[in-house]
Amino acid sequence: MSDHEYTPKSKVGKWFNDRLPLLTLGSHLTDYPTPKNLNYWWTFGGILTFCLLTQIITGIVLAMHYVAHADLAFASVEHIMRDVNYGWLIRYIHSNGASMFFLAVYIHIFRSLFYGSYKSPREVIWIIGLLIYLLMMAAAFMGYVLPWGQMSFWGATVITNLFSAIPLVGESITTWLWGAYSVDNPTLNRFFSLHYLIPFLILGLVVLHIWALHVPGNNNPVGIEIKKPSKDTVPFHPYITIKDTFALLMFMIIFAGFVFFSPNVLGHSDNYIPANPLVTPAHIVPEWYLLPFYAILRSVPDKLGGVILMFGAIFILFVLPWLDTSKVRSAVFRPIYRQFYWILVLDVLMLGYMGAMPAEGIYLVLARVGTLYYFAHFIIVLPVVGLLEKTDPVPMSISEPVLTGGADPALARKDNEKI
Amino acid sequence: MKRFNFKNLLVIFILFFASISNSFSAGGGGELLKVDWSFKGITGKFDRASLQRGFQVYKEVCASCHSMQYLSYRNLGEPGGPEFSEQEVKAIAASIEIEDGPDEQGEMFTRPGRPADKFKNPYPNVKASIAANGGAYPPDMSVLVKARPGGSNYIYSVLMGYEDPPAGVTLDDGVYYNKYMIGNKIKMASPLSDDIVEYSDGTQATVDQMAKDVTTFLSWAAEPELEERHRTGVKVIIYLILLTTLVYLSMKKIWSRVDSEV
Repeated sequence: MSDHEYTPKSKVGKWFNDRLPLLTLGSHLTDYPTPKNLNYWWTFGGILTFCLLTQIITGIVLAMHYVAHADLAFASVEHIMRDVNYGWLIRYIHSNGASMFFLAVYIHIFRSLFYGSYKSPREVIWIIGLLIYLLMMAAAFMGYVLPWGQMSFWGATVITNLFSAIPLVGESITTWLWGAYSVDNPTLNRFFSLHYLIPFLILGLVVLHIWALHVPGNNNPVGIEIKKPSKDTVPFHPYITIKDTFALLMFMIIFAGFVFFSPNVLGHSDNYIPANPLVTPAHIVPEWYLLPFYAILRSVPDKLGGVILMFGAIFILFVLPWLDTSKVRSAVFRPIYRQFYWILVLDVLMLGYMGAMPAEGIYLVLARVGTLYYFAHFIIVLPVVGLLEKTDPVPMSISEPVLTGGADPALARKDNEKI
Repeated sequence: MKRFNFKNLLVIFILFFASISNSFSAGGGGELLKVDWSFKGITGKFDRASLQRGFQVYKEVCASCHSMQYLSYRNLGEPGGPEFSEQEVKAIAASIEIEDGPDEQGEMFTRPGRPADKFKNPYPNVKASIAANGGAYPPDMSVLVKARPGGSNYIYSVLMGYEDPPAGVTLDDGVYYNKYMIGNKIKMASPLSDDIVEYSDGTQATVDQMAKDVTTFLSWAAEPELEERHRTGVKVIIYLILLTTLVYLSMKKIWSRVDSEV
C-alpha cells in the first residue's frame, strides 16, 4: 500500500510483520495520512461500515429464529416480534437498518458526485463501490421478500417477472429463478440463502474498496492531489476516528428515532398481511430506496425497454469517470456543473416520488421527463459542461491557498471560505 | 461551505419520506376520524382499563368470526398489556376448550385452555371462515392495526363509519355501506350497538366507547412491545445525546491541535 511504509518498533512486531504485514494494515487505521479538510460528508464511509456490521449481526440472530417456508415465514416473524427476547428490537433495527444503510449510501454516492471523487485516479474505488451498491439492492430486495407478506410476494413477482422481458429465453430464466412456475416456496428458500450470502460478499468488496482507497488516499473538498504526509494531512487516528465517531453518533440518534418511535413508517402496511397469490394489492410499490429506478422502469411503455433503461440507469454510473471530461474534481470550483448537480439531486428525488405514485396522468409525464434528464445529465451534460465550463481558480494546496490562476490573496481568501 | 448544507439535505429527506408515507396511506375511503390515543407519542402508554374492556369486546363480539392466532392467553397478563392477574389469565384460558393430542391411543381430545395456549381460532381453517361469512375472509386480528394505512384511526373509523348508503348506491345482500372502508363496501355488518356488552367496571357501553376500547386492545395486540419500546427508546436517545456531547467536546479538543476546523 502506497505512500507510507510502516516499521513496527518492537523486535517481535518486526519479525511478525515481515512474515505477515498485519501491523502495516493496522497502521492504516492509525497513522494513515488523511486530508485535514475532510468535511462531514466524508464520515459516511465509516457510517456505512457500521450499517453493514449492524445488518450482519442482527441478521445472524434473526436467522436463528426465522423459518424460510412459505407456510411458516410470516408466523416465524411474528414469533420473533412477540416471543424472542428483544426480538422486536433486533428485527426493527434490521428492517430500519436497511433504510438507514441506503440513506447513508445515497449521501456517500452524491458526495462523490459533488466532489468528483470518482475521477482519476480513483475510478476503481468508484466501480467497486457501485458493485457494493448493486449487491446492496439485491440483498435488500430479497430481505424484503422474507417476511412473506403481501408486498414481499408481489414485489418479488414484479421484479422476477422483469427477466421475462428478455427475448427468447426470458420465460425460461424466470422459471429457473423461481424454481417453480410462480413465486413460491422454492423462491423464498433461495432468496433466504442468497440474502444470507450477499452481505459477506459486500464485506469482501468493502475490504477491496478501502484497499483501493488507500492507494491514492482520500479525495477532499478542494479536490486537489496533496502530498502525504504533509501539513495538509492529519493522522487517521485520533483526528478522523473521533470525527467519524461523532458523526456516527449523530446518525445513530436518527436511526434510534426510527427504531423506537416509528419503526414501521418506512415500510408498507400491506406487508403485515400474509402473502396471498390470489389477491393483488392495489398498488405494488418497492421500498423507498428503489423508487427512482421503479419510476424509470414504468416510464417506458415497452417492458423490455423499461428493463433496459432501469438497468442502464445503474450501469451508466460505471462509465461516469470517462463521461466527465472536466479536469477539475470538486464542484466547488465548477460553477456550471454545480447547478446541474443540484438539478440531478432534485431529479432523483422527484423520480423517487413518482415511483410511489400510480403510473398515470401527470405522474407518468413527470416520470418520463425525470428519466430523460437523468440520462441526459450523464450522456450530454457531463461531457459538454466539462469541455466548455470556465472553472474557478483552484488552490495549489489545502494549507497554502495559492491559486493556479495567479496569486491574488483576496481571491484566495474567498476561495477558502467556499470550502 | 454554504452550498452543500447538512440541514438542507435533512429537510429534503424528511419531506421526501413524509410525502411517500402520505402517498402510501392515500386510500379509497374518506378522511379518517382522529382520536387522541394515549399510546401515541414518544412516551405513549396504553390505558390499562381500556385494554381490559377492549379485550371483553373482542372476546364477546369479534372473536366469534376473527381469529387472533399469534397471541397467547399468557400475553394478557404480561407487562405493557391488559395486565390481568395470574388467576384471571388462568380463568380466561380455562374457559376455552382447546383441542389437543393425539394421546397414547392416537385420539384427539379436548381440554380446558392453559395460559401458554395460542388464542383459539373460531374456524378450523381459512376456507371455513370464508364459507361462514358470505365469501369474505374475516382477517386475523393479531397485526391488523399494522396492516392498514391509518392504523388505529382506521380501525376506529371503520367501526364508527356505518351509515345508510347515499342515494344511487345499491348494495347486494350481505354488503354494508361504510364511510371509511376502502371502496366503501364491507361484508361485516356493524358489529357494535349500544350495550352489546356489559362492562364490569361500570363504564357505559356506547358504540363510541366500545370502538375506542377494542381499537386500543387491537393496537396492543399488534404491538405488545410498544410500552417497552417507548421506554427503552427514551433512555437510548438520552444516552446517545450525552455520549455525542462528550465525543463532540473531545473532538473539539483534539482538533484544536491543528489549524483546521471540524
